Amino acid sequence: MDEGKPIFVQIAEQIENDIISGALPEEGQVPSTNEFAAFHRINPATAGKGVNRLVDAGVLYKRRGIGMFVAEGARARLIEGRRERFQDEYLGPLLAEAAKLGIDRQQLITMLEKGKNA
Amino acid sequence: MNAVVEVTGLSKRFKDVVALDDVSISLHENTIHGLLGRNGAGKTTLMQLLTGQDFPPHGTVRVFGQHPVENAAVLRRICFIKESQKYPENFTAGHVLRSASWFYEGWDQGFADQLVGEFRLPLKREIKKLSRGQLSAVGVIVGLASRAPLTFFDEPYLGLDAVARQLFYDRLLEDYAEHPRTVVLSTHLIDEVANLLERVILIDQGRILIDDEAENARRAATTVAGRADAVDAFAAGREVLHRSGLGGLSAVTVRGRLSAQDRAAADAAGLDLSPVSLQDLVVRTTSGTDRKEVA
Repeated sequence: MDEGKPIFVQIAEQIENDIISGALPEEGQVPSTNEFAAFHRINPATAGKGVNRLVDAGVLYKRRGIGMFVAEGARARLIEGRRERFQDEYLGPLLAEAAKLGIDRQQLITMLEKGKNA
Repeated sequence: MNAVVEVTGLSKRFKDVVALDDVSISLHENTIHGLLGRNGAGKTTLMQLLTGQDFPPHGTVRVFGQHPVENAAVLRRICFIKESQKYPENFTAGHVLRSASWFYEGWDQGFADQLVGEFRLPLKREIKKLSRGQLSAVGVIVGLASRAPLTFFDEPYLGLDAVARQLFYDRLLEDYAEHPRTVVLSTHLIDEVANLLERVILIDQGRILIDDEAENARRAATTVAGRADAVDAFAAGREVLHRSGLGGLSAVTVRGRLSAQDRAAADAAGLDLSPVSLQDLVVRTTSGTDRKEVA
């Protein structure tokens, strides 16, 4: 796991990734907090904090006595949110590194084209 | 959050050595605590006082709201697994488990049997003929299967190999999730247990240095690395826990959580920020020299 982020944030992001990839389908049941804790070998309270973060965000919802489910429309909303952050989180660092190495705009475009065909 | 244990102003001195120095802490109900610190820091002394094995010389100790010393109602709810546990002569591991099953109300024989198999513990062999790791397994099995509302593990794994230690951590987490209880894990293998802990208590030379949520403790310090002049400028005015350098490069560990502005400033100065693991935090904050000797 990435040491830079709190563990509960990493748990939440991992669940988000599984929803985006479709591994956890909408209206499908997600593992329980205790199952997440056992799988990742972390304290159940930490796992619970990660799950609750997604409940608060409306990505997951609880059905009393049954468990936790992926909300309808969660995938589209997560993708939308990730797209909005893409500029800051991915392009920003990429451009900064390119500037540091003296890679100009044209070279970057060439690399992007090459990457697309790879 | 309910406190299962409340300690205020607890001090204890052995001749000219201060073992505990005005310690005030509480243990939260149904929470896994890490009790961390170097050898001789006061961990075992603290646990002995919490488990009623000694009268507190100064200060107060309340366990489940009561004095623990010679208090059967309290002691029946406590399980204290220690590295140096002594057993009666000629006892086998089977005898130990049977005694524990009589003592602890929450004892789960099925769970104990499962653990005996997983740890490959020979039940009929005399305790004194067990290997160091098998002896530790006896303690771990008693500590887990007793399901005591307040369970202390004081360095429970001497001689346990990596597989057996992982088994201990896995079974502890699983069983704690099913049967929540208050656990205190005293250990030097901090990296191994860091993710299991919800709260961290760090003790050094008898004093409590950290008593906080594990997540906060993990962010209590940051290492800043980059060009020496930029690092020095960033570290100015901050408490520096550790400093190392290589040519024109420098890495400094500073205490305190960084603000968004701090991070932006570090970024603008071309500095790399990295979090400090719980183990490194403990090493950095407790590696000072001895101040325990009282003149």
